[in-house]
Amino acid sequence: MKEKKNPEKKSGKKSTSRRDFLKKGLLAGAGTVLAGGVVGSFNAFAQNGEKIKVLGSDGKVMTVDKSHLQEIGLKTEEEMQVAGREGIPGKKWVMVIDLGKCKNARLCMASCQHAHELKPEQHHINVLRMDRGGDTAPFFMPKPCQHCDNPPCTKVCPVDATFKRQDGIVLIDNERCIGCRFCIAACPYSARIFNWSDPKDKEKYEDVEYNIELNVPQKKGTVSKCLFSADRLREGKLPYCVSACPNGVYWFGDANEDAVTNGTTKETVPFKKLLKDNAAYTLLPELGTKPSVYYLPEKDRLFPFEYEGKSDLEDKHHS
Amino acid sequence: MSEVNKEGTKKTIGTIVSDLTRPIKNHKGFTIWILFLLTVMGVGMMAYVDQLANGLGVTAMRDYISWGLYISSFIFFIATALVGMLISAVLGLIGIKWITPIARIAEMIALGFAMWAGLIIIFDMGRPDRALNLFIHGRLQSPILWDVTVVTTYIAISVLLYLLPLIPDMPFLKKAMTDQAKWKQKIYKILSFGFEGRPEQYKSVKKLIRILAILIIPVALAIHTVTSWLFALTPRVGWDSTIFGPYYVTGAFVAGGAAVMIAMFVLSRNYNLKDYITDFHFDKMGKLLVLLMLVYFYFNINEYIVPGYKMKAGDDHHILGLFTGHYAKMFWTVQLGGLIIPIILLLFRRMRKPLPSLFIGIAVIIGAFFKRYIITIPTLVHPHLPIQNVPEEFHSYWPNAWEWAITMMAIAGAVLIITILAKLFPIIPIWEIAHEEGITNEEMNKYVEES
Repeated sequence: MKEKKNPEKKSGKKSTSRRDFLKKGLLAGAGTVLAGGVVGSFNAFAQNGEKIKVLGSDGKVMTVDKSHLQEIGLKTEEEMQVAGREGIPGKKWVMVIDLGKCKNARLCMASCQHAHELKPEQHHINVLRMDRGGDTAPFFMPKPCQHCDNPPCTKVCPVDATFKRQDGIVLIDNERCIGCRFCIAACPYSARIFNWSDPKDKEKYEDVEYNIELNVPQKKGTVSKCLFSADRLREGKLPYCVSACPNGVYWFGDANEDAVTNGTTKETVPFKKLLKDNAAYTLLPELGTKPSVYYLPEKDRLFPFEYEGKSDLEDKHHS
Repeated sequence: MSEVNKEGTKKTIGTIVSDLTRPIKNHKGFTIWILFLLTVMGVGMMAYVDQLANGLGVTAMRDYISWGLYISSFIFFIATALVGMLISAVLGLIGIKWITPIARIAEMIALGFAMWAGLIIIFDMGRPDRALNLFIHGRLQSPILWDVTVVTTYIAISVLLYLLPLIPDMPFLKKAMTDQAKWKQKIYKILSFGFEGRPEQYKSVKKLIRILAILIIPVALAIHTVTSWLFALTPRVGWDSTIFGPYYVTGAFVAGGAAVMIAMFVLSRNYNLKDYITDFHFDKMGKLLVLLMLVYFYFNINEYIVPGYKMKAGDDHHILGLFTGHYAKMFWTVQLGGLIIPIILLLFRRMRKPLPSLFIGIAVIIGAFFKRYIITIPTLVHPHLPIQNVPEEFHSYWPNAWEWAITMMAIAGAVLIITILAKLFPIIPIWEIAHEEGITNEEMNKYVEES
């Protein structure tokens, strides 16, 4: 039994900008980790039913709303599987990607590959250089799994290894996947990857219990994909890629709440309004997949466009 | 010597039995042939063991082109297997007489290829150790589940359609093969199911064959329609087509028809059965193949000309890639050499003679094999969004030595099944030929009884 993937308790810091975003995450702060077993001792600080004092690992005592505390027993792999397949009740996660802001920093890709133990050529999120042709300048487009509401991939899975949860996230269970790669063939966004050989650092992860919300450890012969950082959402944190972006490209939030938070500025705005004011669109809408990822148009393009050390004026062809 | 069946000298039951069982008894080169097939399979097995140990990464497939030669070979195998249903069921039920000496050959091809089709799918799995998940966690919404269901049903019915018409042959085999190994005689005894040539026994065998022949038609249509849906049910350019079902089924008959043609030549020459599989049969088979190819050609026109005329954004890359781009050479070779030229050639009577038929059959079946490749791979090379930030080998695909070795193992395996069946049982039904020669059941029974 490990406590590795237990939801971490955090001391509050950045709650100012959010109404109630990521309810459980109100306590979120920078890296204050209380091991799951300590939770019981929270009750010792209880003053009344409403507020509660918590001791952070940095030694500060904080007062927090008791309703924001939750029991976090050490979860077994089986419990993680059940919770992971159900999703987080009442949520409908959405992502908005502002193409006008992306400068190809690729920190999203790096943090994602690090979190999910991916090899350099494996991408859950991939920043694509898009070229619409004609006189238009190219632009960069981060492309995670679109977490479609009508997902072509989950329909075709013969063993229910990939599935859509109630909170809108499409996950893959690599303990069950038979490696037929039908989902890869079905996905029009090329969002899925396959472990063609032994995963990165195989030995290191041999005894680690599988976390379906992180898809770690990766397994040979199974499919892997973007998970909208389901493990982070359960902790009340923004996805890895969203938090890593230095350019304010990503907004992430709950459509039911109609609020999305920017991963860089931590500003929170109404989701629908953001889409409407900026003429947001989805990728390949004609396929009827109903993505949960929205794009704000590629305005403010970089010109001359520099890519891999070359200016677009020298190098006109794209890969 | 042609058309012996039609007007030539009458054959007695004695000559029929000795002609048709002779190849089972002594057959030059049989051991060498089996050794050759086993060697090919051994090489493939080594490649597969390596693939099991090191993962599908030993193949040339990668994230974008994630289906390759295995899947395209799978469709080819399923396609070839479909001929059993066409010849023994459809043509048999509508009373076509000339299929009598080749119906069992078609059924042997169906069995060999259908069984190995099931195995190829396992070779393509990343986690074959979890194959049982299909039953533990099977999800009825997935076309793979439908495929597994109909493929196994088809194999089961094909086995029965092979075994049932064998039953009335067993008394002859028991009599003719007394000099053979004990285990063989035991098989003949078991498979006779107590058949003694009584009229009511003939009646019930015929009735059962008829029921199975009817049953296999919807199953066979389902098997290949579902196989086409593995592609057509995905929103991918080049697969996203509403005619994929009939397009595949008609293509399947072309592949299977060519396979029967090749097998007719090889078996009749090798087994010295030219009196039974005559020029007349090659002529008929050639005409049948022309018809099948014309129908398939019609579907090809629909499949390629319609999107090619419109050149919708997205479709255009795919179509141009086939017509003039990277896949043009293979596309036109397959369409011309595997379809259009064979159609034209087979219109001439001289080209429907045995030897030209053999070469045309080989061209058509090679074309059919690579046609599946053309259907499977180019679509994956052009996904909706660009392929970027991955190593060079992710951008293109050509099957490597492992994939060829494993695919050859499957082909050799299917041929091995056909070879073994041809070595154990007559490839032409004795009793049906005897009936056609006007020999009565009583005469046959009398022949079996006298020692």
